[in-house]
Amino acid sequence: MSLLETRHITQHFGGVIANSDVSIAVEPGEIVGLIGPNGAGKSTLFNLVAGVFPPSQGEVIFDGEAVTALPATARCARGIARTFQVVKSFESMSVIDNVIVGGLVRTSGVRAARAKAYEVLEFTGLAHRAGVPANALIPSEKRRLEVARALATSPKLLLLDEVLTGLTPSEAERGVDLVREIRKTGVTVLMVEHVMEIVMPLVDRAIVLDLGRVIAQGKPSDVVRDDKVITAYLGERHRARGA
Amino acid sequence: MTAETIIQSLASGLLMGLLYGLIAVGLALIFGLMDVVNFAHGEFLMAAMYATLGFATFALLDPLIAAPLVAFAMFGFGALAYLGVVRFAMRARTNVGMVQIFATFGLAIVMRGLAQLLLTPDYRSIPSSWLGGKTLAVAGIFLPEPQLAGALISVAAFAGLYLLIHHTDFGRALEATREDAGAVALVGIDKNRVFALGWGLGAALVGLAGAVMAIFFYIYPDVGASFALIAYVTVALGGFGSVFGAFAGGMIVGLVEATTALVLPPSLKSLGIYAVYLLVVFIRPRGLFGSL
Amino acid sequence: MDAASFASSRRRALLIAALLAVAAACLPLVVKDVYVLNILVLTLMYAALSQSWNILGGYCGQISLGHALYFGLGAYTTTLLFTKLGVVPWFGMVAGGAISATIALALGYPTFRLRGHYFAIATIVIAESAYLLFLNWDWAGAALGINVPVRADSWLLFQFRRSKLPFFYFALGLACVTWLVTWAFENSKWGYWWRAVKDNPEAAESLGVVVFHSKMAAAAVSAFFTAVGGAFYAQFVSYIDPESVMSFQFSLLMALPAVLGGIGTLWGPALGAAILIPLTELTRSYVGGGGKGIDLIVYGVLIMAIALARPEGLVGLFERRKRIETAR
Repeated sequence: MSLLETRHITQHFGGVIANSDVSIAVEPGEIVGLIGPNGAGKSTLFNLVAGVFPPSQGEVIFDGEAVTALPATARCARGIARTFQVVKSFESMSVIDNVIVGGLVRTSGVRAARAKAYEVLEFTGLAHRAGVPANALIPSEKRRLEVARALATSPKLLLLDEVLTGLTPSEAERGVDLVREIRKTGVTVLMVEHVMEIVMPLVDRAIVLDLGRVIAQGKPSDVVRDDKVITAYLGERHRARGA
Repeated sequence: MTAETIIQSLASGLLMGLLYGLIAVGLALIFGLMDVVNFAHGEFLMAAMYATLGFATFALLDPLIAAPLVAFAMFGFGALAYLGVVRFAMRARTNVGMVQIFATFGLAIVMRGLAQLLLTPDYRSIPSSWLGGKTLAVAGIFLPEPQLAGALISVAAFAGLYLLIHHTDFGRALEATREDAGAVALVGIDKNRVFALGWGLGAALVGLAGAVMAIFFYIYPDVGASFALIAYVTVALGGFGSVFGAFAGGMIVGLVEATTALVLPPSLKSLGIYAVYLLVVFIRPRGLFGSL
Repeated sequence: MDAASFASSRRRALLIAALLAVAAACLPLVVKDVYVLNILVLTLMYAALSQSWNILGGYCGQISLGHALYFGLGAYTTTLLFTKLGVVPWFGMVAGGAISATIALALGYPTFRLRGHYFAIATIVIAESAYLLFLNWDWAGAALGINVPVRADSWLLFQFRRSKLPFFYFALGLACVTWLVTWAFENSKWGYWWRAVKDNPEAAESLGVVVFHSKMAAAAVSAFFTAVGGAFYAQFVSYIDPESVMSFQFSLLMALPAVLGGIGTLWGPALGAAILIPLTELTRSYVGGGGKGIDLIVYGVLIMAIALARPEGLVGLFERRKRIETAR
């Protein structure tokens, strides 16, 4: 059974069709990349899976349960966690307090949540900044905090929204390592990304959206050679490194 | 209660509403520009009324003649208020909303204290003015002339404001700064200058209202307080940041207030406005025309 | 900062609070002047009120400028129950608190969907409506208000004529209780949820926080204690009217100490009250007589000065050293 399934998701905002008949599946333990040119509808699909708003049409099935009618808070309780493309840290709180908020979902109280938070901070390499107010972090640390906070909710599925975009090469490499480590703990990852060179070697499978539709899915090496994908990127001829 | 009385009430209510709109639009403008709610707005009105009294007493100018002068003086005052107080409030990195509220609230109290100190708490009025106490009969309805003048000035001011915002460079600078205060420096717009001028403009508008209201309202240090709340409700009703919202909101408030006064005792006339506000924001949490 | 040092900072705060409470309790031994004692009682009351306001406004980020509603409800419930039905004010206090909390919850439904300024104005408007209604409600005394008949000193009836000392200790107790409640909530899941809702409701939702429930809880707790303060005030001054317990000015006065002291902090409200109330009262008596307005000028300048110079509140003065320590 797939961990996540979307069935015939269609989403329109007024006259604009952002997603059209999108049916995808994510298996447990996978790292799946959601890619596509600008305006393809990746963020919309992402938000629909996360539960930010209900789809105009279609269903979202998570772990065998229809969650389409559930809001983000309920989906988080069931094991879907997400990061935001524009980082939304709790600026007035310290790093550890930020993560504790995430930890409270699954634990019995603040003490347990704090212990979990320290664990997660160690895992994501932010333990040395635990007492620092979130607004004092540098951008890449804030990204890391977003991920740590989401991980503290003990998710089954982690949705990463352009977590690797705009990082320096060394920061990006550390980010990729972190995603791999996350998968090793048993968390399934669905990530929206722009930076092909980073994402393609990382993901098991890639799903390509263009103009709201799924135009290709499969192994990165296959997807990258797909004519439709190349055309969608309009002349941006890309070969994955090492493919 | 006859149909005539009702129409009479609604007519005065509409006129008053246009005046409320004029009071409120300065607030809407400032908020739309820089996300600051001026808690001293009522005191700006009070200052304008006293200024009008001053012109009437010492220069023997009729309030209507003095109105442009009062507006001009208030323009300077508003710009000064920004440069001297608000500019620093906006530098706060934490709790920016609260800082603005209380910085302008502090200013309001200081203004009230100064008025009490320098001008005494006595209720004053302008003894004689061109339109004071006169009414114009239109199709059987008696419209008080000061309010009528106020309504006309209000409409003219809104029209002028529309032209200013949409057809002048300053208006464009205003809009640009409103959209992205941080970025305008890149196109050579001095954000501080625009903010100061915006405050000046907002104060000038309420100055016009104050000049007209001085004709038929008592002038005393706390007079601003009662109108301030109406102004805030008007702006919120119309939607923060919307100039047209202030215009529409003002008229709605004026009409609702007049209607409420027909059915409830006069001390409760504001209840209607409050109820309408709560109803509107329940359905449209951003006010009627608000986008912020 | 690790778990051990965090726990010790919590204990330290509790210790400091206990010491301050004991010190305050000893004040009446050295201060005998009735006028000064009066100011102290008011200071403690405002500390408690502002601490209650701070729970909703400071921690949860919902700035209410209509809290006088709850204060007034507390005052009127107690007084009406006492004067009309002979009910002991202690029960009236609890009843007032319960009624206020219930109304806060009821009001939460329409108002908590509003953001920022729209919410603040809604709170003002609701409080003003209540004020106007009470002003015209003859059974409740209308504009003339209600006198609380004081016959003899009695703890049961919570009225004291000869010495105001018991009121002082009650006010101290209330200030301590509200501080303690805040302290407890700070390290509870509610405290974390409130701050998350304040900083970023969307992110909070993505982490499983039900924003609406958080706001409701904060509103109910805040309203309850504010009402208790109102009930206390009614007994303390033995006379209430809409102007003194339900006006907009009063709503602002409840929020002010928290803002000046440090909104959303544990010590802010108490610190703010300790500075603001004595200063206001003293300026009013020494300079304010005769409607000169000088007390207003001083008051206004003080508010502007702190709002502009120390936006994070006066607590910031004490916290700077701590911040450098932990940001290693």
